[in-house]
Amino acid sequence: MKNISWRLVLVFAVLVTAIIYILPSFRPALWPHKQINLGLDLQGGMHLVLEVDTEKAIESTIERISQEIREQLKKERIRHVSVTPVKGSRISVEVKKEESIDKLKALLDDEFRDLRELSKTEKDGTYTIVLDMPERDREQIKKLAVDQALETIRNRIDQFGVAEPDIRRQGERRILIQLPGISESERAKDLIGKTALLEFKLVDDTGSVDAAVKGDIPPGRELLYRVEEDPQTRRTIKTPFLLKKRSLLTGASLTDARVQIDSRFNEPYVSINFDKKGARIFERITADNVNKRLAIVLDNSVYSAPVIQEKIAGGQARITGRFTTEEARDLAIVLRAGALPAPVNILEERTVGPSLGADSIRKGLMSMIIGGLLVIVFMVIYYKMAGLIADIALFLNILLIAAGLSGFGATLTLPGMAAIILTIGMAVDANVIIFERIREELTLGRTPRAAVNAGYDRATLTILDANVTTLIAAVVLFQFGTGPIRGFAVALSLGVVASMFTALIVSRLIFDYVLMNKTNKMLSI
Amino acid sequence: MQFIKSDININIIGKRKIAFSVSIAMIVISIISLIWHGGPRQGIDFAGGTLIQVKFLAPVKISDIKAGLQSIGLGKSSVQSFGEKASNEYLIRTDSSVMLAEDFSSDVEKALAASTGGKVEIRRVEMVGAQVGQDLREKALFAMFYALLFITIYISGRFELKWMISAVMAVALIGAVYLFTLFNVSIPFLIVAALIVSLVLFWFLELKYAMGAIVALIHDVIITVGIFSILNIEFSLPIIAALLTIIGYSLNDTIIVFDRIRENLRKYHKNPLEFILNRSINETLSRTILTSATTLFVVITLFVLGGGIIHDFAFALIIGVAVGTYSSIFVASPILLTWQERQRKKRS
Repeated sequence: MKNISWRLVLVFAVLVTAIIYILPSFRPALWPHKQINLGLDLQGGMHLVLEVDTEKAIESTIERISQEIREQLKKERIRHVSVTPVKGSRISVEVKKEESIDKLKALLDDEFRDLRELSKTEKDGTYTIVLDMPERDREQIKKLAVDQALETIRNRIDQFGVAEPDIRRQGERRILIQLPGISESERAKDLIGKTALLEFKLVDDTGSVDAAVKGDIPPGRELLYRVEEDPQTRRTIKTPFLLKKRSLLTGASLTDARVQIDSRFNEPYVSINFDKKGARIFERITADNVNKRLAIVLDNSVYSAPVIQEKIAGGQARITGRFTTEEARDLAIVLRAGALPAPVNILEERTVGPSLGADSIRKGLMSMIIGGLLVIVFMVIYYKMAGLIADIALFLNILLIAAGLSGFGATLTLPGMAAIILTIGMAVDANVIIFERIREELTLGRTPRAAVNAGYDRATLTILDANVTTLIAAVVLFQFGTGPIRGFAVALSLGVVASMFTALIVSRLIFDYVLMNKTNKMLSI
Repeated sequence: MQFIKSDININIIGKRKIAFSVSIAMIVISIISLIWHGGPRQGIDFAGGTLIQVKFLAPVKISDIKAGLQSIGLGKSSVQSFGEKASNEYLIRTDSSVMLAEDFSSDVEKALAASTGGKVEIRRVEMVGAQVGQDLREKALFAMFYALLFITIYISGRFELKWMISAVMAVALIGAVYLFTLFNVSIPFLIVAALIVSLVLFWFLELKYAMGAIVALIHDVIITVGIFSILNIEFSLPIIAALLTIIGYSLNDTIIVFDRIRENLRKYHKNPLEFILNRSINETLSRTILTSATTLFVVITLFVLGGGIIHDFAFALIIGVAVGTYSSIFVASPILLTWQERQRKKRS
């Protein structure tokens, strides 16, 4: 009796704990605990892996610094020939006169101390200094770019409104995003991947657009297009614009962006607010350039280029275009959340529709039930009462796996369900090993009691060995896998551990109990 | 009820030459098929590309689907039916990672609806960039390699108490492989070379049980991969998970036999090794066949009822369990015999 009691207590404790963990999945209201997470392949949703183009982040920083150098040179009235970014993270500055060199160096020492001087050459009276950004600064920029991208994307997704998104960093510059239950995957993808760099640039009405289209672009100017889709013909129309390259104002100066409806045309537009500094700059731009066109550029694509009618104070402006309400709303989200510091590339995407998810669950459950029934019936036929004990243990097994999944907050995926079904077959293995051993002992002439004891004792080691190797494979799988494969590894591990517990402790308990009551010589096995 | 009588006594060891020939033949066929097809057929998980699973409400012709795809520039994709006939589901696969285009899914949906004249539903889309594909390929190979090494340590430790030697060997191998990866060596060749080196080390370090087990495992994996290659089935991440599961699980049978061998070595130490091996295998035959049978029940259920996505995965498991059982009985133990012959040579 004593022998049984501690095992009984243990089993009951485990059973009760298991039920407590499973309850929330079936009756959420009863107990505020975690439910079983369903993987994306079972509930539908989108899985994205993005890579931040950190090289571009460095390029734009170099571009910005070049710009600043140019402005400083102008301010100090140092005559320069050119300030150009060079491949990698270098800037080349060319000046003409000897004394300019000294002034240039003074300026660099003052304002741009972080840049290293790589080389200084002279050719035909032109002095060239090549500057470089040190490795440490570059790494810093790359790291900041990824951090900022992560934040921005998180912001955007928050505003998009997805239940329980999972956004995290993966490695040096990858971002993993999981959006469960999302139905508009295309919109979400666009929203996430858009760099969303908003710039205000002046249109150069004096230059020749046609010449620029043919390739003749004057310095300090650039050629950008407005791409529109004609709603009737569904053809895309590209309109070229010749712009002054310098961006006067960017989206960084925005404090707010909202969707409004224009009462005249019943069309949605995005109303934006600038911060104090931005508002001042905007006022100055509009004051200085009345009757000129100001292009609103998003990601190097011209949205619109309205004519500046008058000076605009108060820092409010409108972005119009042929939007649908959805497009306007997405644009507002993206402007509010801010631009990505560097473009992101989509490396991997897996989207599962909700109907497929539900089908997969259904099929998985069906396989589980039928496979389970087959095994249960077989065990009873082959091992009779012992088989029944094995079946009870099996049922407890599945209970434990489910409890384990919700207890650890693990995710159940479709391969995970397959793992549970596999466990049904494998859990029985342990019992088969024990029962075959017991049969052997019985044939050798032992009493049922002794046979059971011997069977369990001898078989325990074998079971441990066999299951540990499966566990090793599962752990390796967990390390190297992602998403659904991880779900498989977790479910398999839980299944192995649970089957060891039920085979060695639970079924033994039941055997002992049965043998205790009957003083029989025959064991139904 | 008993399928296998307790006094069974088949001379399995005696028939080992036949078994070896069969095994070698299967392995050779597998390797030939792999070479013929230029390696295993890689799904998008490893080769990169885009996969779309579409469902039609009414039966459609593949030619219509292809016409629809052609109209949006996807004429080069492959289309094959998926799952049960009645579900009218198809898998479209294209090599390029075209999903970067906006509105890709809705474009495909509209094009297919137009060309087949019926309702279309996009059930699932998967896109894997080429770089990620390669990363996954390497990860998969490493995973299998590490699993084999750790299993080696465990078996050598448990059956021969040679924990230290096997651990040191495994760590050395992992270190060597890691070093080579820094030199940009092709990963598949590296792993194969490492495996061969491991087997040679087993021989020299006299890790008998580990060698028997690992040889049986490699045998199982090669034949499973070979059958997949012959039937031209794609490899995806779940298939690799199935292979790893087979590695872990097929060992179960082998361990059951090894355990008995260890026990009988003590009991019958006066008898020749052949006798002991035969006895052990026969004594555990019932157990081996039954455990495999129950696992096969469930896996076949998965294969039939599990749906298209699990289908290939279940198929891999079926082959793995079947071949694994065969190798546990006919391959793993006879290898132990070759050790004795080596020791005989040593003495003389």
